[in-house]
Amino acid sequence: MGDLHNKSVAQLAAMLKNKEVSAVEVATRFLARMGGNPHNAFLDIHSEVTLAQAQASDDKIAAGTAGPLEGVPIAHKDIFVTKDFVTTAGSKILQDYRSPFDATVVTRLRDAGMVTLGKLNCDEFAMGSANENSAYEAVTNPWNATRIPGGSSGGSAAAVAARLTPAATGTDTGGSIRQPAAFCGITGIKPTYGRASRYGMVAFASSLDQAGPMARSAEDCAWLLSAMCGPDLDRDSTSLNVAKEDFSLGLMQPLQGVRVGLPNEFFGEGLSGDVRRAIDAALKQLQTQGAKLVPIALPRTELSIPVYYIIAPAEASSNLSRFDGVKFGHRAKEFSDLADMYEKTRSEAFGDEVKRRIMIGAYVLSHGYYDAYYLQAQKIRRMIADDFQQAFSQCDVIAGPVAPTTAWKLGDKSDDPLANYLADIFTLPASLAGLPGMSLPVGFGENGMPVGMQLIGNYLQETKLLNVAHQYQLHTDHHLKTPGDVA
Amino acid sequence: MSLTSHDIDRLAQLSRLQFDPPAAERLLGQLNGFFQIVEQMRAVDTSGVVPMAHPVDAMQGLTKAIADADELGVTLRLREDLVSEPNQREANQRSAPAVERGLFLVPKVIE
Repeated sequence: MGDLHNKSVAQLAAMLKNKEVSAVEVATRFLARMGGNPHNAFLDIHSEVTLAQAQASDDKIAAGTAGPLEGVPIAHKDIFVTKDFVTTAGSKILQDYRSPFDATVVTRLRDAGMVTLGKLNCDEFAMGSANENSAYEAVTNPWNATRIPGGSSGGSAAAVAARLTPAATGTDTGGSIRQPAAFCGITGIKPTYGRASRYGMVAFASSLDQAGPMARSAEDCAWLLSAMCGPDLDRDSTSLNVAKEDFSLGLMQPLQGVRVGLPNEFFGEGLSGDVRRAIDAALKQLQTQGAKLVPIALPRTELSIPVYYIIAPAEASSNLSRFDGVKFGHRAKEFSDLADMYEKTRSEAFGDEVKRRIMIGAYVLSHGYYDAYYLQAQKIRRMIADDFQQAFSQCDVIAGPVAPTTAWKLGDKSDDPLANYLADIFTLPASLAGLPGMSLPVGFGENGMPVGMQLIGNYLQETKLLNVAHQYQLHTDHHLKTPGDVA
Repeated sequence: MSLTSHDIDRLAQLSRLQFDPPAAERLLGQLNGFFQIVEQMRAVDTSGVVPMAHPVDAMQGLTKAIADADELGVTLRLREDLVSEPNQREANQRSAPAVERGLFLVPKVIE
C-alpha cells in the first residue's frame, strides 16, 4: 500500500473495484502528497470536497453501481470551470471566481467515478509555453526545479510527474498538452478538435482549444480519453456528432506493417542533438517492433508559427472582451467613468502576454489589415491541413519531436515572447489542422531532462496513436521513470 | 511595414487597455519583432484557396461520421431555440463585483 501514488490509473481502478483499497484511502494518500503544494502545481485544494467525493465513490462501489474509473483521483487544469473549486484560468482577473456550473469534461469524468483533487496551475488563459505567464507564479519541473515544466498545462504535467495525482486534464491550443507532457516525462493526448466538449473551458482560441488527458502511460490516457469524449451537441456548437468510443480496445494491435511518417521539416537544423538522438532511438524501437519508417513532407511547418500567432490572438482578443469588470471577476477600485473602468480593470488584471495577444488580435482584425493578415492566415491554415492529408496518403501516423529542445531554465526566455513562440514549431501544425496529437516519453537529453516524441494521426484516429504508443511502452520503460524526489 | 506608437495607442483603445509610455514603447518593439516573422506568410501565394475558419470544415468529406456544416465551414450546428437553462440569477451573480437588487451595477453612463 505504501506505493499507492506510483500506481497507474488502470491499476488504481482495478484495486478499487476489487476493494483492495478504498477511494477515501486513495484520496487521503494523494492529498497528503499535495501538502505544501510541491512545485506550485495546485491553485486550489479543498480536502473536504475531495473526501466527500471519495466517500460517495466508496458508497457506489459498495452498492455495485461504480463507474469505470470509480474512486480514481484526477486534478483539473484551472481552465475548466468547477462549482466546488475556484477557477482562475491562471489570471488575476478571475481571482476567487466561482462558476455556477461544471465544465462538461469535469462532469463526464465525475460521472465515470473520478474524484477531484483540486485545480492545477497554468499559463494565464493558457497563453504560454513555460508556465511563467501564470499570475500565481510559475510551476517548477519535478525533474529539476530550476527548469520550466512547459506550458500551458504545466501544473498538470508537473503534478502527474511528481505523483501528486495519477491523472490530470489539460487543454491544447497550440501544444499545451503535448509540450508540458514531453518536458515532464509523462504521456498526454490532444484528441481531434471537437471530440471533447469545450463547454466550460475558459475560451482562449475557440477554433483551436481542445481538452485532453495527461497521465503516465498511453493505456491510462486511453481510459481517461474514453470517459472525457463524446457529443455535447446542445452545449458546444463545434462538438462532433461522433459516437462515444472506448479507446482502450485498440491498444493491442501489433505494429507489424504500420507506416510511420517522418516529416523532413521536423528533423532540420533547429532540432537539438540530444532530442534528436532520443527520437531516433525511439523510431528504431518502433522499427524493431515491425513499423515501417516513411519519409514525408510537411512543407509549411515553419509558416505555422505566424499563421497560429495571428489566428489564436485574433480569436483571443474577441473571447477576452468579456472580461470587463461587470459580470464577474476583478474590477478596478478607482476610475472616472465606464470606459475608464473597463480599461483600468483589464490593464490591472491581465498579464503582459495576454495584453500582447489582445493587441496583436485587435491589429490583425482591424480595418485595412484583416485581409492581409487574418484572412491570409486562414488560407494558409487550409494549405497546412491539406498538406497533412497528402502525408496521410503515405503513412498511418506521423512521428517526430514535440519540441526542438528539452525544458529550458526558468527565466531564460521569459523576457522574449518571440523565442517562446518559435519553440512551438512542431506542435502548431497539428493544432491548426485540428488533428489528434500526443506526446510520450522516449528518454532523456544531455541535461537529464525528459524528451517527448510526438505522434500525429488523421482525424478521429486517436486509437491508432494510442496503440502505437502503448505498444512502444510495452517494450520500453521510459514512462515508468520517476523524478529523484519521488519515493 | 512597421507599427508606430500611434498604432499602439489606437489598438490599446480598441482593446480597452492602457499602457504607460515605457510599457507602450516596449510593446511596440515586441510587436514589430513579431510582425517580422509574419512577413514570410504574406509572401505565400494563396490565390484560389478558401479560408479555413475551423477544423470541422477540413474534416468535411473525409469522414461521413462528421456532422454537416456549410461549404465555408463557418456556420456550425445550432440547437433548437428552446429554453433549456433554469434561472439561476443568484448563482450567476455570486462572482460579480457589484450587484444590487439582482442588477449588475456600473458607473453612471447617462447624465
